[in-house]
Order: sequence, then C-alpha cells, then structure tokens
Amino acid sequence: MHTTYRRLLTHLALVFFSLFSVAQEARVGHLTGHAANGKKLYRRFCVGCHGPLGDGNGDNAQWIDPKPRDFTAATFKCRSTPTGTLPTDEDLYNSVGRGFTNSNMPHWDALTDQNRIDLVAYIKTFSPRWQSEKAGDPIKIPAEPAITMQSISHGAELFQKMECWKCHGQQGRGDGPSAATLTDSKDNPIRPYNFAAGADDSRFKCGSSNQDVYRIFMTGVDGTPMPSFADVIQPNDAWDLVHYLRTLQTHRHSRENEVLKASGGKIPSKAPDANPPAQPENKGSGN
Amino acid sequence: MFKTRWFLALLTLVVSPGLLFGAATISGKVSYTGTPAKSKTIDMSKEPSCAKQHTTPITTEAVVTGPNNSLANVVVYISAGAPDESSAPSQAVTFTQKGCQYIPHVIALRTGQELKVVNEDQTSHNIHPMAKVNREWNKSQPPGTPPLSEKFDKEEFIPVKCNVHPWMHGYFAVLKTSHYTLSGEDGSFKLPDLPAGKYTITAWQEDYGAQTQDVTISGSETKTVDFTFKAKPY
Repeated sequence: MHTTYRRLLTHLALVFFSLFSVAQEARVGHLTGHAANGKKLYRRFCVGCHGPLGDGNGDNAQWIDPKPRDFTAATFKCRSTPTGTLPTDEDLYNSVGRGFTNSNMPHWDALTDQNRIDLVAYIKTFSPRWQSEKAGDPIKIPAEPAITMQSISHGAELFQKMECWKCHGQQGRGDGPSAATLTDSKDNPIRPYNFAAGADDSRFKCGSSNQDVYRIFMTGVDGTPMPSFADVIQPNDAWDLVHYLRTLQTHRHSRENEVLKASGGKIPSKAPDANPPAQPENKGSGN
Repeated sequence: MFKTRWFLALLTLVVSPGLLFGAATISGKVSYTGTPAKSKTIDMSKEPSCAKQHTTPITTEAVVTGPNNSLANVVVYISAGAPDESSAPSQAVTFTQKGCQYIPHVIALRTGQELKVVNEDQTSHNIHPMAKVNREWNKSQPPGTPPLSEKFDKEEFIPVKCNVHPWMHGYFAVLKTSHYTLSGEDGSFKLPDLPAGKYTITAWQEDYGAQTQDVTISGSETKTVDFTFKAKPY
C-alpha cells in the first residue's frame, strides 16, 4: 500500500515536471517559442547528434569533432552574457541560425524563424538551470572608435600583454606554445582559433562582425580554454584589440587591413619584454 | 503561560551558540595502504618566468604523502549532523598562483564565502573552475592585475585548472559547513568546537574519492576517527 502510494507520487512528480518543462518558452523580439513544438523539430533535425536526452551523445556523436553540445550542462560558447552565466534566448537563437564554423553544426536558416525559436525553447528543457537561474545581463559594448594605425598598434601591444599568443601564436595561427595541450571541459582536445586560415570566407565561431569579435574575448568561450578578459581589458582598449585581430586575418579584406597596408604594412613594434607598455594614457580610442 | 514562552525563547538564545560551537573535538589521522603512484616531475621550461623561481624540481600534488604512510591535503569535514549555519564567514579565503603553482593545491571554503584569487606571477594565468553543480566560468588574470573575487553557492568539489599552463591543477572544496579541515603533512587533522551529537565525517581525496564514518560524541570529549585510503598505483 505504502509503496504504491509512493510510486504514485513519483509518477505525479514526473508528469508535473515534464508538463512544466514542455511549457518552457523562449522569446526573441516578437517571436515566442514553445518547447512542445520544438520537441518535434528536435526529434527530426537535432537528435542524430545531440541525442534524445540532449546530452550530446547522439548516434553520430562518435564520428564528430568537435563534439555536439551537451545541453544538460547548460554551458554555451556563444553568449552576449558574462562568463559563467546563462546565455539569452537571442544568443541561442542566433547560434542555431548561424551554425558553428569549423564544426559539423550547420546553419539552420532553412528552418523558419518560428521553428528556430521553438527549438530554443525545447533546448532549455534539458537543464534545470533554466528554471532556477536567469540569463546574464549582456555585456555593454561602447561605440566602435575609428580604425587607425594607432588603434591597431595599441591592440598589438595588448595581444602581447594579455599573452593571447600563448595559445593563438604570434601570428594568430593557433600555434602558440600552449596550443598542443589544450582540452575542453570534457577533456577533448581543442584547437585555438587560427586567424590566418581562410580568406574573405573566414568566420569566427560566434559571428563575423567586429562586435562579435569584441564579445568573444570579453565574455569568454565557456566550456573551452578561452577565458573572459572582461575584468582586465577596458572597453575602449578592447576595440583596439579587435582592430589588431582583424589584421591577423591576412587574406581577408577589411578596413583594418587597408589601414595597415596604407601605412606600409608593418605595425611599429615596441620591444615587448624590455619595457611593458604603460596603460594609463590610452589614446587612439577617444575619437 | 506567557512567561514560560519568554523563558523558553531566552533559553534558546543562550543555548544556541553552544549548539553551534561546543567543546568536543574529533581528531585523527589519514593514511594509505598499498603503493601510491609516483608524483611526476613538472617541466616548466615553456614558462621561464616560473621555472626560474624553483631551485628544486616541482612535482605533481594530486597525492601528497608523508612519513608512516600518512596522506596530506585530504579534506575532512562534517557532512551530516552539524547544526545549520546561516551566513558564510566574512573573511575571504585566498588562492594564490605563484611559480605557476596553486598555493594551496586544495582550498576549502564555505558556500557563499568570498574566494580571492591572486596572481603573483609575471605571466598570465586563466582561472578555470570546471564546476558542474555551480556555474563553470573561465577568467584571464594577467600579471599585475587585482585579485579576482568569486563565490560559489552550492556544495561541490570543483577541479580548477589553468589552460595556458596545463600542469596547474587544483581543487576548490566548497562545503556547507564551517566544520572542515585539511590533513597536515603527517596526515593528522582536528575538528574542534563541536557540540554533542551524532555526526557523519567525510574524508575526501581528489584521486582516491570519499570515505565516511559515523561518530557520536557527548559533552566535551575528544574522539579519534582515522581514515585509511587504498592507494592507486597509477
């Protein structure tokens, strides 16, 4: 009698939980996504890699590198929010539409906007965090200053000072001294981004605009070795770093590469080790 | 009637600090049987600014042993039976990166207590606690930048690493109780100021896992609880 009662309670709890999770919603602009609709789409389009439990262990996962995202951990790479916080619905929605370059995740722009937001709502049912936590507040990005040689060379200094080259290499080719040892948080080997690969088609994982580049190193890429620099780089300095990073994409047409070419193609180098650059007089970003 | 209630309230006020911090002590020793894996020597040659800080070779600290099979760096704490504690201590716990090592290798702190992360090196570190129950985050800390201040809300043993220097590994032991300690070089530990009661004591070692023992203490006695872990040869 007692056990039946307890079993009944467990069942009720399960039913309640699944009802609750299927009732999960997602919102972007005027769109509202519903998990119940997203579930059907997920079963059709996503389950092969991300698995029925959303843990990234679908049938195809063993053949795939990098591995499909594990939604049960609720750790996401492309966010507008600080490291350690949940992304916004819009971040997830954009990720589904954009896909992930250098991975097996395609861009799902063949699906309708409504389909994609429904999928986001369903993805949010795989971790209880979405019930107990709110998305982080998106980081503030100041207006982009002019792309000047001064900005680029200050960015180059920051690249040295922040030791980006330890992983990404001095030319940004993803071949720094620590590159070979890097693993993600699931102990799978992971490569630092190679800025020099590709030409005009070269893309960053989390978007292709200068704002997207800014966001990557200020929010960090959670679940990977790429940390957040939000506590140690000032917003205007961050723009200088963005401008410099663009020049590492040597085969990509950009305003940054034009500015660099116009001034002779060389960044005036300050001896990196002997005299570390003083940071207070931050020029090049105020205009 | 009314008076009795006031009297009872007063009595609780007087007695409750005594419930939190009593006079009994649990002490003991953590040791191992078998042969532990040899610590590996760390090659820091890729980071000369750290390598030059060490005159003797640095070894991994996953298992730290002492004389007479003693086991150091084991987190010993009361996992059940301790009175609920409301707020975390106001003073911060400091975790230092020096010579490309974590000092200490294992740090214990309360849920909600401030953790200060300090970089004393001339190189950038990234602090990457790979939390599963708490939120995972990853922050860069270049040389000369102020300490990071962080908190963890939930009980968890969180592995922390620096991705730039892959030999840097440590643990944050986030506990719900303030009745915790780490075993010393001789394996000994002491949990003082305990009120009488029935407790579960847990000893946790990063490679060997956790062990628990139940113990009942009355009054102001000192009880001995020893833990023995089976060493893993590799």
